[in-house]
Amino acid sequence: MRVSLFIPCLVDQFFPQVGVSLVRILRKLGISVDYPMEQTCCGQPAFNTGYHEETLELAQRFLMVFNRGTDYIVCPSGSCTSMVKVFYPEIVQDPSLHAALESVRMRTFEFSDFLVNVLGVVDLGVRFPFKLTYHDACHLLRELRIKEPPRQLIRHVRDAEFVEMEHSDSCCGFGGTFSVKFPEISTAMCEDKISTIVKTGAEYLVANDSSCLMQIAGSLSRMGLPIKTIHLAELLGGNLTS
Amino acid sequence: MNLTPRLFKTYARQNLGNAGLRKAYRFATSHALLKRQEVIREVPEWEELRNQAHRIKKETIDHLDAYLELLEEKVITNGGKVFWASDGREASDYILRLAKQFQVKTIVKSKSMTTEEMGLAPVLERANIEVVETDLGEYIVQLSREMPSHITAPALHKTRDEVGRLFADRLGIPYTNVPEELCAAARKVLREKFLVAEMGISGVNFAVAETGTIVVVENEGNARLSTGMPRVHVAVMGLEKVIPRFTDLPVFLKLLPMSSTGQKQTSYVSMISAPRRPGELDGPEEFHLVILDNGRSKILADPRMRESLYCIRCGACLNICPVYQRVGGHTYGSVYSGPIGSVLTPLYQGLEEAKELPYASSLCGACSDICPVKIDIHHLLLWLRKQVVDEERAPWQQGLLMKVFLLGMKDDFIYRAGSRLLRAARAMTGKRAKPLRVPGWTETRDFPNLAEKTFKQIWKELEKEDSN
Repeated sequence: MRVSLFIPCLVDQFFPQVGVSLVRILRKLGISVDYPMEQTCCGQPAFNTGYHEETLELAQRFLMVFNRGTDYIVCPSGSCTSMVKVFYPEIVQDPSLHAALESVRMRTFEFSDFLVNVLGVVDLGVRFPFKLTYHDACHLLRELRIKEPPRQLIRHVRDAEFVEMEHSDSCCGFGGTFSVKFPEISTAMCEDKISTIVKTGAEYLVANDSSCLMQIAGSLSRMGLPIKTIHLAELLGGNLTS
Repeated sequence: MNLTPRLFKTYARQNLGNAGLRKAYRFATSHALLKRQEVIREVPEWEELRNQAHRIKKETIDHLDAYLELLEEKVITNGGKVFWASDGREASDYILRLAKQFQVKTIVKSKSMTTEEMGLAPVLERANIEVVETDLGEYIVQLSREMPSHITAPALHKTRDEVGRLFADRLGIPYTNVPEELCAAARKVLREKFLVAEMGISGVNFAVAETGTIVVVENEGNARLSTGMPRVHVAVMGLEKVIPRFTDLPVFLKLLPMSSTGQKQTSYVSMISAPRRPGELDGPEEFHLVILDNGRSKILADPRMRESLYCIRCGACLNICPVYQRVGGHTYGSVYSGPIGSVLTPLYQGLEEAKELPYASSLCGACSDICPVKIDIHHLLLWLRKQVVDEERAPWQQGLLMKVFLLGMKDDFIYRAGSRLLRAARAMTGKRAKPLRVPGWTETRDFPNLAEKTFKQIWKELEKEDSN
């Protein structure tokens, strides 16, 4: 099986270790991994701000880059995955691109969904001796309806104590451009999110989107709280040897 | 107090800083959500009800002209009168003319967001007609001269202490914060008004086309009194409130109270088909139905935004919205607040006035999930954002930023050169270890450091690892 990595620009620039962990996980499972070097951004920031013409340019580009012979396209972000799977059809209307669009959409998977529902893997044999809680990223949960796979993966981590937080499905306040257009509201949402995290007594907050983690980590450190954030891919791939 | 959606940001900042207000919203919205959740647990067919309601609304809105004509015909056959108003001004003027015709001095009003939207009360008051809101929440915001802060709970932003002080001040009663005593005080004033009012004005929750029946749901009995006691009853509805058949009603009579207050049924459901008929003991002599357009028919022309006309005004999307919960209803600067308000206000008032609102959402989608008629609210907000940009109403700085963004993203050579340049620049200025300063972000939160190496750079090593 061959998989193409779809690494969001945010991960590329700020959190490359998420991508590295994903590579290690996939390789451990005997999958040949390929990374189309020409990839940049799926266009979501433009789309969510209302710039559909700009989005179309990037969507067309994305389809060209990923319309290659691999079996799957795997992405460590629910948000960027939903851009391709849910929103590209709104943007890409050109009939000559229809085949490429459908091929890319059908092959694209968020990584926890891919592990659990495509590969049927829930136990990666990793150990993580900490108390942790999980935040449902909005696009992962409500655009892709992925709720259980990340939890199944977490529950199989050795020595980890998994506690659910109250309102795990309420937004962290990131919301893309929302976070800089309305920083006070965005931060107020995040502070409330953090108070529910604190209540669990968890040492680590786990999520599947680097953007939520960036938002929550940014407030945690500003508030001077010792809780650490970790992407599920890092948790699962961190102490693996490739 | 006149609020405008233009000042969303300013109001948001003020209201976020008001701890008492935030507490009131947190308490009220979480209470409503909890009650909703409890009652829905007993309704296994909930999702099917939502689908059914969506289908009925879709059918109605797709054939709106036919159902509205049928409604008009039936109301007239039943002995009522129908007035079509293209905007709030026309509707208010019609009601004012009626009030003058019947020499009305006092009007009792039951809760109606549509009359708020029209700006009806000020028109009548300028003609020296006393207008009394008889829904307790509406009465409170009338006394405090505020706009409703919630579609179904107009005084949601007020604590009982504040209501106590307001009543002491405006009604001249001794201060109390006991809800029962405050209720009794309002009731005493309102009873007198019901007895003298010559005209009653109500909203309409549903208007059944095939029978010409308007349906009003409420909990306080004030709508029953407002529509039944005075000589003249005027019912005001947005033109989307029509439903085709009487048999369509039960699904909505379940969904609406469960979604808004977590009740299985409201205390009162009034179905009004006609003025008093010969031989009947009570009921108004005149029944007038005002059907308001006010921008709604324009929405019909847009197949994507059309869904917004399915709204039954339950307020559940306000309760669940993490933005509404924190900034409150008045921040939206419009009668309709929260996620659905951010859709409706730009459509009714025009995009220029309300262009901030489609952006006032993290697009988390909780609104669409809770909506009893399955309006895809957060995706409608996305489409409104596109309209803001297409109509060149977005700030120029944002447009420029998007151009730069596109430039860096549409060519991977530029992208890679850019990320190297960024790192080199930061290394040169000795800021490598220090966090970036990002306007709009780092005032309230920390921003992560650029990774020393991008994934693209690391990939080259990973590729070698694999071939080894």
